[in-house]
Amino acid sequence: MRLPCPHCGSRPADEFTCYGAADPVRPAAGAPAQVWHDYVHIRPNPYGLHNELWQHVHGCRRWLVMTRDTRTHAVLGARDGGSRGGGAA
Amino acid sequence: MSGVRAAMNYSGLALLREALRGHSGWGPAWRDAAPRTEYDALIVGGGGHGLATAYYLAKEHGLTNVAVLERTHIGSGNAGRNTTLIRSNYLLPGNERFFEKSMQLWEGLEQDLNYNAMVSQRGVLNLYSDDGQRDACVRRGNTMRLHGVDAELLDLAQVKAMYPYFDYRNERFPIRGGLLQRRGGTARHDAVVWGFARAADRRGVDIVQNCEVTGFRIEGGEVRGVETTRGPIFARKVGLCCAGSSSRVGELAGLRLPIESHVLQAFVTEAVKPMFDGVVTFSGGTFYISQSDKGGLVFGGILDGYNSYAQRGNLRVVEDVMEAGMAMMPLLGRLRVLRQWGGVMDMTMDGSPIIDLTPIRGLYLNAGWCTTGFKAIPASGWCFAHTMARDEPHFINSAYRLDRFAVGAVLDESGHGAHPNRH
Repeated sequence: MRLPCPHCGSRPADEFTCYGAADPVRPAAGAPAQVWHDYVHIRPNPYGLHNELWQHVHGCRRWLVMTRDTRTHAVLGARDGGSRGGGAA
Repeated sequence: MSGVRAAMNYSGLALLREALRGHSGWGPAWRDAAPRTEYDALIVGGGGHGLATAYYLAKEHGLTNVAVLERTHIGSGNAGRNTTLIRSNYLLPGNERFFEKSMQLWEGLEQDLNYNAMVSQRGVLNLYSDDGQRDACVRRGNTMRLHGVDAELLDLAQVKAMYPYFDYRNERFPIRGGLLQRRGGTARHDAVVWGFARAADRRGVDIVQNCEVTGFRIEGGEVRGVETTRGPIFARKVGLCCAGSSSRVGELAGLRLPIESHVLQAFVTEAVKPMFDGVVTFSGGTFYISQSDKGGLVFGGILDGYNSYAQRGNLRVVEDVMEAGMAMMPLLGRLRVLRQWGGVMDMTMDGSPIIDLTPIRGLYLNAGWCTTGFKAIPASGWCFAHTMARDEPHFINSAYRLDRFAVGAVLDESGHGAHPNRH
C-alpha cells in the first residue's frame, strides 16, 4: 500500500499514521453538551468516500487530508491539512 | 417443511442408524424459508448474534413467530472471519459479568442446541514481559476472581512447562509469566452458526436468506416493519445485528451511531500435527495464536487502523503480526501461511458493545462488537432477546447502553478514549 503525500510524492503506507475522520468541526468551547457529544462520539462511517486526517510521521511530518474509498482503499486525493482550517482535529 | 422441523435429534444412536443405511436419512439442518408478510419480531442479520437472538427469543421468551433476514447466506460475515476464541478475562464489571455469562452459556451450549459446536476449554494464557504488565495481569486476575471467574497467575517456570518452544531469550520482550484462564479456549465458528440456526428453526423461526433490508417503515416514531429485496415485511419489533454494516443499516432508520468500521486481519498456516494445545497472547505487541482441530495455526494481531468495508487488509499489518509471532515463537518461521482474511469490525468509541433500545420504539440495536464478537455470541443473543422481549436491558447488558457516551458512562477497557482504531 502506498499513499500520496502532496510534499513527498507516493510513499509507503508504513510512513503514515491515520487519525480518523477529517470532516467533524470542533465546536466552540461553550457549545452545548449534545453538540460536543456529536463531535467526539458520532461518526458518519461512510460506505464509500471518506475524508480523513493522516500524518506523514516518518516523512515531512505534515498533517494531510486524504479522500479515500472505504470500499476499495483507493486514495482519490490528498492535500495539506493546513488549508483545512477550523482548529485542532 | 414441518418434516424438517421434526428432524431427528443428533445422537450416537442416530449416527449408528444412519451409518447402517448409507446416511440417507439426514434431512437439511434448517429450512431455507421464504419470507411471510408479517412476524412478531424480525432480526436483521444472519450471523452468530442474529441467529442466537432468534433462538433465545423462542426458547426464553416464547416468541416463535420470528424471522432472521440475511442479505446473503447465514454466517457469511464475521461469523466466518474470526479466530474462534472464547474467554471471560475482562477487567471492568460491566464487561466481566457479560462475558462470564457468555462463557457459562458456551459450557452448556452443545447439549442445549443438540449440536457439536466443538467447544474446547483449552486455556487462554496472556503473557507478560515486565512489572507493569504483571501488575495489570494481577489486577485483572483479581477482578475476575471477585466475579467468581477462574484466573491463575503463572510464573516463568510454569509457562515454560506449558510451552517449552517459546523464545525465552528475547531481550526486548522477555517472557516472565502470564495470566491463565483455564476455562477459556476455542469453538468451531461454522458449527456455532449452524447449531443456532438449526435450534432456532426447530423452534419455528424462519431463516430467510438472500433478503436484504433496504429500508424501514416507521410511523409516529414506532417501527412497523422493513422493506426488503423480497418485499415488505411487517413487524412491531425489529432487532439489528449487522456488525460491520451497523452504520449503513442504522442510517436507513435515521440512526447516527458511535461506530466506525475497521478491518481486522487473521491468518492460518498449513496444517501440522498437534503441537499447540492452548491459546496464547504475546506481551510484546498484539499477537495471539491457537491451533485449529484441522492442524493449522490460527493467529492475528491489531486493526489496520483506517476505516474500511473492504474485508481485506494491507501488508503493513501482515508484517507486523508475523514479526510479533516470530518474536514469541520462532518455529512459526518454518510454517507457510495458507490463508489470510479480513473482517469488518464495528468499532465503538470506548471499545465495548451496545445492546439496547433505540430512540425509535420497537427498533433495537445489537452492535459495536469491536474485535470481540465471536466469544460474545451466546450472551449477546441471550441479552438481546431479553431486551427485545421485555423492552428493557437485562442487568447483564445494562452497561451496554447506547446513550452511555452522551452521559459519560463509557466502558473503556483499554483506556484509549474515542479513537476506535486504538481499541
